[in-house]
Amino acid sequence: MNKYKEELLNKRYKAEKRFQFYGQSAIFVALLFLTIFIFKIFSTGFTAFQKTWLIVPVNFDAELMLLDENPTKQDIEDADYYEIALQSMWNLDPNANEDQQNQLKRMVSYFFEREIKQELLKDPNLLGKTTEVYLTASDDLDQVFKGNYPRDLPEDQRRVSDYQLKIFDEMVVNEKVESKFNISFFTNADSREAELAGIASSFMGSIFSILVCLAIAFPVAVLAAIYLEEFAPKNRITDFIEVNINNLAAVPSIVFGLLGLGVLLAIFHLPRSTPLVGGITLSLMTLPTIIIAARASLKAVPPSIREAALAMGASKMQTTLHHTVPLSMPGTLSGTIIGLAQALGETAPLILIGMVAFVNTIPGSPMDPAASLPVQIYIWAESAERGFVEKVSACIMVLLGFLILMNLAAQIIRHKFEKKWS
Amino acid sequence: MNLVLFLFIVLLGFTSYYFGRRKAYAIQSTKTRLTALPKFYGYYLAIWCAIPAFIIFSLWAVFEPSIVKFLILSDYSNQGYLDDELNLIYEKTKSLARGQFTGEITPFIERSAEKYLNFRSIAQNSKIVIVLSIIIASVFYAYNRLSGNSRTREPVEKFLNAVLFAASLAAILTTLGIIFSLIFQTIDFFKVIPLLDFLFGTHWYPAKAFVRDASEPLDPSMYSDTFGSVPLFAGTFFIAFIAMCVAIPVGLMSGIYMAEYASNKVRQYAKPLIEILAGIPTVVYGFFAALTVGPFLKELGNSMGLEVSAESALAAGGVMGIMIIPFISSLSDDVITSVPQNLRDGSYAMGATKSETIKKVIFPAALPGIVGSVLLGISRAIGETMIVVMASGLAANLTFNPLDSTSTITAQIVVILIGDQAFGDPKTQAAFALGMTLFLVTLCLNIFALKVVKKYREKYE
Repeated sequence: MNKYKEELLNKRYKAEKRFQFYGQSAIFVALLFLTIFIFKIFSTGFTAFQKTWLIVPVNFDAELMLLDENPTKQDIEDADYYEIALQSMWNLDPNANEDQQNQLKRMVSYFFEREIKQELLKDPNLLGKTTEVYLTASDDLDQVFKGNYPRDLPEDQRRVSDYQLKIFDEMVVNEKVESKFNISFFTNADSREAELAGIASSFMGSIFSILVCLAIAFPVAVLAAIYLEEFAPKNRITDFIEVNINNLAAVPSIVFGLLGLGVLLAIFHLPRSTPLVGGITLSLMTLPTIIIAARASLKAVPPSIREAALAMGASKMQTTLHHTVPLSMPGTLSGTIIGLAQALGETAPLILIGMVAFVNTIPGSPMDPAASLPVQIYIWAESAERGFVEKVSACIMVLLGFLILMNLAAQIIRHKFEKKWS
Repeated sequence: MNLVLFLFIVLLGFTSYYFGRRKAYAIQSTKTRLTALPKFYGYYLAIWCAIPAFIIFSLWAVFEPSIVKFLILSDYSNQGYLDDELNLIYEKTKSLARGQFTGEITPFIERSAEKYLNFRSIAQNSKIVIVLSIIIASVFYAYNRLSGNSRTREPVEKFLNAVLFAASLAAILTTLGIIFSLIFQTIDFFKVIPLLDFLFGTHWYPAKAFVRDASEPLDPSMYSDTFGSVPLFAGTFFIAFIAMCVAIPVGLMSGIYMAEYASNKVRQYAKPLIEILAGIPTVVYGFFAALTVGPFLKELGNSMGLEVSAESALAAGGVMGIMIIPFISSLSDDVITSVPQNLRDGSYAMGATKSETIKKVIFPAALPGIVGSVLLGISRAIGETMIVVMASGLAANLTFNPLDSTSTITAQIVVILIGDQAFGDPKTQAAFALGMTLFLVTLCLNIFALKVVKKYREKYE
């Protein structure tokens, strides 16, 4: 072999190595993105599952609460708690001037009055005594305690004043600040105040939308798939239907939002901002996905099954409904779950039909206004308060958790129940 | 009330199933051979019972409100009211009848409300009577026709077939619904704004349309230079271009590697992991782009002395590219795997290395399929909404600087339609016109891409 040929061969081998390296690095880059992504979400989000409480001594002074002697339960219910709540915050620094007193009050959530009331309702014997009550810290102090707050900013650029920080630090030293699992994140509806905002309303909104979507999309899609795969003659109409299905699967989701707005809201006058409309809109989007999955799994049932049934004297309809469709169900179901998972993550169409409205109640039916988890992410991500950043990440974690669960369920159904024909 | 009637019809359906089957058994006991299984006699009767009733029931639900409205408003017809005022009167009447009216009650409206309640109860009662008599008539007719040699399975199956066919029309109906919901608003929009201004105008500034007093008549001249969509198209394609710059190399190379080089183990783990990227909701990508990538790029640019907007096209496009990687990688993986093995063998036999085979033989053979997958990726990038809404700017700048902020068609639709919409306002209509263009552009891309992919599949299967 002469030298020239050897060089050429070397060059070709090097090119081979380089090409392989490109491929490996492409996969590496894709996985790197995924890792950064997950890491970023988790590292900002996990703190949202903790909530900071200030432990404040409260004097349940019957006089300040405008209560007579021996009050009934109803009296305690109706009593004035604002004064004692205010007093207990002011008592954190007896020498505070009026401005500082205001700042003291803003160290806890505006809900503090209610929290104090709850404490007394739990144990009416506390009336006239002083006891320590857990009060939700304001979202800024919450962030300070979690170490997410830039304390070294000049004071006029912070929402937390030096005075508040001083009092807060004293409380930390005296162990009057405590961090506990944030139950209210799961049980509260949305709120303008980050420390009180929770995902309960958007979660219920998502559940209702998905149920409506399932109730409409699944039967229609399965019936359509059965027709197209088993009964449809090859003609222009069925060709046209097929082109339509493939197209709909690739139409941008926002166009479905326009459909919901222009037809469901403007023409049928269905109630705005509700999971009902959201679910119908999502079902139109999911329809092609389920049809395609159901057709694929019908196609995978071997013809011998059909032939055997036909040979036994079953009609075409009996063959299909008694044999082919049940055998195709695992594939159809896992396709349906994957379609629903897509629908669960969809945001743009729901924004257009008004599910971004601020809802601070937990919806009890699909006809009540609600947001959905992805829309909640959008709403929180758009608000400027620092406390919402971790909430967004936490909400994303909940949403991703559900998506993973649904995809796992789809996998399990597929692997466990699907027959392998060979 | 309607629910009760509905449940009652369902109940009657079940009952007639039972009677149909009982009749079949009775015929059987006379030693006559049945032409179908007894349950088909039941289904047959149940269909005859429920379907005509449901048809009447739903027709009633559709037409009753408009007929009642017509009857109520006929009192006001010759008094020179405008359509809007008539609608208002009708709404007042309805809310008064429901006892939710707040405001001044005029005798006119009170009379109408009484009339309304009256009509409603007449309608309600006659509906029940008609539906029930239809059920009785059709069940009797069908029941008497049942005999030993009557065909029951065929009609039942024909009915099922019709139901299946109707379900498959849902896809067509959805497409029609999309076109229907877009087209009227779009036509209204182009009545005010000339088509050429929309297509070739270079200023998009819909906020200007906010300041219109709704009571004044529309003056098209005030909208000149407001709805020029060139910056939006430019922004849309520019961001899609940036996305594809990320997605094509990474997606294509990882697809090729997966198909040709990767061991089974790598495939087994890496492929689903990459596909996770496709399952992440777009709003999550949007948050990531707006909160992490945007500020990161800004800081990076500032440290190099570049002016970078926090909402740069680069951030939105780049993150969108990450989202599209799995589409391109798994589609091109499929396409490459389906290239017949004998092409590879031929090339190896000639002494080509693996990468030479891929570059010179497999890639050209798979090219149509790969082009199809890239086109589907582009269509997805154009239609992507949340990333752009959250990470890119909302003001439509005509710029091709990736470090500047720009806006897209989808982002503008959201900006315009978020919150309350007034139908009939050029601003709202503009959103529908944008939706129409978006629909048409992606439709063409999809049809073309699907054709290419299908052609390619047919070639090798």
